[in-house]
Amino acid sequence: MSATVTDNNTTSELAALLDKQLVATAVDAALRKEAAIAFRTAGLPAAKAEEYRFTPVTRILEKQFTLSQPTPAGQASRINDYTLAGLEADTLVFINGVFSPADSSIQKTTDLTILPLQEALVSHTALVLKHLGQYADTAADAFTAWNTAAWTNGLFVHVPDNKIIERPIILYHLHDTSEGQVVTATRNLIVVGRNAEVTILEKYDSAGASPSFSNQVTEAVVAENAGLNLYSIQHDAGQRHQVGMTRIQQANYSRVNTFTFTLNGKLVRNNLQLVLDGEGIESHMYGLYLLTGDTLADNHTVVDHRKPNSFSNELYKGVMDGNARGVFNGKIYVRPQAQKTNAFQANRNILLSPTATVNTKPQLEIWADDVKCSHGCTSGQLDEEALFYLRARGIDKLSAQAMMLYAFAGEVLTNVKNPVVKEYLDNLISQRLHKNF
Amino acid sequence: MLTIKNLQAKIGEKQILNGINLEVKPGEVHAIMGPNGSGKSTLASVLAGREEYEVTGGEVSFEGKDLLEMAPEDRAREGVFLAFQYPVEIPGVSTINFMKTAVNQIREYRGQPTLDAVSFLGVMKEKMKLVEIDQALLNRALNEGFSGGEKKRNEIFQMAMLEPKLAVLDETDSGLDIDALKIVSNGVNKLRNKSNAVIVVTHYQRLLDYIVPDFVHVLYKGKIVKSGTKELALELEAKGYDWIKEEVSVL
Amino acid sequence: MSKDNQVLEELTSKEYEHGWTTDIETDSAPKGLNEDIIRFISAKKNEPAWLLEWRLKAYQQWTKMKEPTWANVKFPEINYQDVIYYSAPKQKVTPKNLEDVDPELIKTFEKLGISLTEQKRLTGIAVDAVIDSVSVATTFKETLGELGIIFCSFSEAVQKHPDLVKKYMGSVVPVNDNYFSALNSAVFTDGSFCYIPKGVRCPMELSTYFRINAANTGQFERTLIIADEGSYVSYLEGCTAPQRDENQLHAAVVEIYAMKDAQVKYSTVQNWYPGDKEGKGGIYNFVTKRGLCYGDSSKISWTQVETGSAITWKYPSCILRGDNSMGEFYSVAVTNNYQQADTGTKMIHIGKNTKSRIVSKGISAGHSQNSYRGQVHIMKRAEGARNFSQCDSLLMGDKCGAHTFPYIDVENSTARIEHEATTSKIGEDQIFYCLQRGIDEESAVALIVNGYAKEVLNQLPMEFAVEAQKLLALTLEGSVG
Repeated sequence: MSATVTDNNTTSELAALLDKQLVATAVDAALRKEAAIAFRTAGLPAAKAEEYRFTPVTRILEKQFTLSQPTPAGQASRINDYTLAGLEADTLVFINGVFSPADSSIQKTTDLTILPLQEALVSHTALVLKHLGQYADTAADAFTAWNTAAWTNGLFVHVPDNKIIERPIILYHLHDTSEGQVVTATRNLIVVGRNAEVTILEKYDSAGASPSFSNQVTEAVVAENAGLNLYSIQHDAGQRHQVGMTRIQQANYSRVNTFTFTLNGKLVRNNLQLVLDGEGIESHMYGLYLLTGDTLADNHTVVDHRKPNSFSNELYKGVMDGNARGVFNGKIYVRPQAQKTNAFQANRNILLSPTATVNTKPQLEIWADDVKCSHGCTSGQLDEEALFYLRARGIDKLSAQAMMLYAFAGEVLTNVKNPVVKEYLDNLISQRLHKNF
Repeated sequence: MLTIKNLQAKIGEKQILNGINLEVKPGEVHAIMGPNGSGKSTLASVLAGREEYEVTGGEVSFEGKDLLEMAPEDRAREGVFLAFQYPVEIPGVSTINFMKTAVNQIREYRGQPTLDAVSFLGVMKEKMKLVEIDQALLNRALNEGFSGGEKKRNEIFQMAMLEPKLAVLDETDSGLDIDALKIVSNGVNKLRNKSNAVIVVTHYQRLLDYIVPDFVHVLYKGKIVKSGTKELALELEAKGYDWIKEEVSVL
Repeated sequence: MSKDNQVLEELTSKEYEHGWTTDIETDSAPKGLNEDIIRFISAKKNEPAWLLEWRLKAYQQWTKMKEPTWANVKFPEINYQDVIYYSAPKQKVTPKNLEDVDPELIKTFEKLGISLTEQKRLTGIAVDAVIDSVSVATTFKETLGELGIIFCSFSEAVQKHPDLVKKYMGSVVPVNDNYFSALNSAVFTDGSFCYIPKGVRCPMELSTYFRINAANTGQFERTLIIADEGSYVSYLEGCTAPQRDENQLHAAVVEIYAMKDAQVKYSTVQNWYPGDKEGKGGIYNFVTKRGLCYGDSSKISWTQVETGSAITWKYPSCILRGDNSMGEFYSVAVTNNYQQADTGTKMIHIGKNTKSRIVSKGISAGHSQNSYRGQVHIMKRAEGARNFSQCDSLLMGDKCGAHTFPYIDVENSTARIEHEATTSKIGEDQIFYCLQRGIDEESAVALIVNGYAKEVLNQLPMEFAVEAQKLLALTLEGSVG
């Protein structure tokens, strides 16, 4: 079921634009040029493309955006409305895809390297080029190709061997559309050395009434026995559309935890791909999507077990209200040599309104025989009996519902280890669910 | 009946049995005791023919035949029964169906006519009473969702059905409360007679209050380091295994 | 090589039991497909003009369609012009009763364990036997006729009950539903037809037995079952084919139409020739099976045991249109050697309080690939719809693959969907446990596999269940990895 290539105008318009933006002198010029060609070959996904069955990104780009129109600078001062107060962290702020040094703060240390990727490309050329574009596949996904050809900036982190970094790194991606449509492509590269550990959190917000579109790609390499915690909080107001690709390459005995919280936005497509290219790996992928209005959140995850004796566990939960649509597609591959793999996946959904929808497609593809794999998914309403029980004890319907939804979401939230992040998310979720107890 | 001479075995690269000698005669009950990791369960597994264990030396003869040469199912058909420490669950297969298949294949092997459903059920009813097991349990999928006690009782029921010459009970007492222990031991005692023998593998003396052994052997580092009568078990209970270890290291 | 692998190798050398051919003179169309061939088939069958028109229209649509590529199966391109679309055992006269049937044919079926002589059949099963393209005999016709049940070959139904055929043919599986249904609609040669009148509970199992005999022949049969209000029928389908080096094409269509309160149970034991152990030959089985629960509280239940065919592409489905209607799908799909199966179901919930249940058990051995593909779609007005799906995969050996592709689309918030899937292998400890009780390895695997598939096998009528169990054991004995 390959994505059908379209010969639509948007693809050719964008391809021409990408070609035009290529700078021959750029450090990664060759990579970008190749990616531009890959984009033209792949083309934006057609309306019925299997991988984008419910997520009409191409149509939105066609209808709502003038791709040739430049993105305005945006106002830096707005960022304070969106930060996580009280969290000791290194922060990088990107406003409309442009790094804002004035709003960012990076502690001076020799323990690790944190830089905007453009800067790192110059100062750490060899290390960056060793990894950049080596994991996220431009041939497999047009948006990745687009990003690789045209990214403006992003985060570069290098944690040397044996360094355990307690202080999280936070990226704020603000879209300010008050002066017109915003289209961005940002790129992160995370390199975690042997026995090292780091936590990175990305938060997406937007202001302004015009539509915005962001295309972000994160590549992470996690070396032997290293750990990476990756958080994504998607809480955009209104008209933000985003397509993201996170590709994590894991070596022996590495540990990765990812958290994806989608609370708002117009259209959110998250591609999360974990390549378990080693033994004794442990990976956890958690997701929570609480959707209202017209929000469409589409999580496409891939766990690729390539070697024996690794463990992966995935838990995605969603609550859909209003006209919201939740899409989940979880692939687990267990390659022929990946014996003794344990892979688990669960996707649980609650539909609150008659016009909400969920489309879920778990997918197990297994070529090794000595494995334990399971997936389960459910879709339903809140349990009427339980609701009634709570109400019979004098709790009003809304609170009873909130209580149950909060408990439903809690199963994901409880895995967040950083107390400040956890409290922040707890507040966000409580507000969202009208929790008042 | 059973003669073990200088038996040595390993799993993977790890040598576990380092020369076991044991002679079991009809009508006898032998207890094999020893600290964790001494090789007790390995001995039981090697006798039953588990493939992960590689016999590296020695011989085992059962009723004059070379036991080690036989496939696991043939050992069972010759009359060696292993009560598993961890009985396996087989979804969808009822104990009744499982036992009927086993009983008839064993009968075929011995040149006896196979049992039809009616006579099989007749035999089963009789044995059920003997080991105090409920038919409802036997209708369920083999060991699936059984409690620890139910699993062990099912093992003894199967022993009753198959009427082995030599029964090896591998830690049959582990995880049982006293009531379950009594029922299981009772079952075993009822099945004992002059022509069969039992090897009880256990860590604790407790079981031996109910299944009284004629001989007690202490296994340590893959060897039988001490043999005696049931008093030896009581001594072990009182003093623990440390004194044995010391005695061995002195030697 | 470990012992288990040895057993596995031994197993793969097991021969297909029904791989013989019968030397029967046949009456065939030339190879290839065009309008003339369709006219030829239609003329051979003495069909009314409307049916020829229907076929030609289907052919036109087919020529505009493309072979689907989304299934998880790989095979060389099929040359549709290299297939014989009509082949019938040559009989001097149309058989009026069994005495007129060519004794070679009767022998063929006896060999398959299917007796067409009514007095010989102790169990109450009425059989419609289809060899290559035509129905050769239908048993118990008179007994059924007394109850108003029509059970005959499709060709006969076209002649004797044209109104029913015209009304319902294509009503559940539209001609252009997919590539293979369009092909079938253009060239179908025979099949079974069944009508159960209002309030009648069919007293015996109805059964169709399909056999492909002639070389280079495609089999394109069509089955239509109409269950009128409050009726009940249990229908069985079995199939075999001789062993041949080239691949043969089978593209059938089965339509079930269930009216208010009607219940239809459709069971299949599919044992087409799967090809040899190198993957040479075997049937390409591209089948469209669909039931429409048209009336309220109707119920359609599919049970399939799939052990044959080189390639299986098959999704028996239920459209739950009537309120409170119910669809079931129970499947055991076994693949061995180089077989490929992509099979599953669709449950389309349209009516209120509709229920569906899916139990799929895949077993892969050898170099085979076994995919479950299913869709549960809860439409907007399907208030209170319920679905439960369980799909398990069992792997034997390390050269095979198991894949699951469940699609779950929910557009109504009151629906409740549960889907569970597991993948595991036969445990060595399970085998050892059996061995220790004196059960040999082959019986042990048979026991464990039958236990694993029990939920599905229990759905089969008694006679079929026994056959299916044997078939499972035969296909898989000893293939433990």
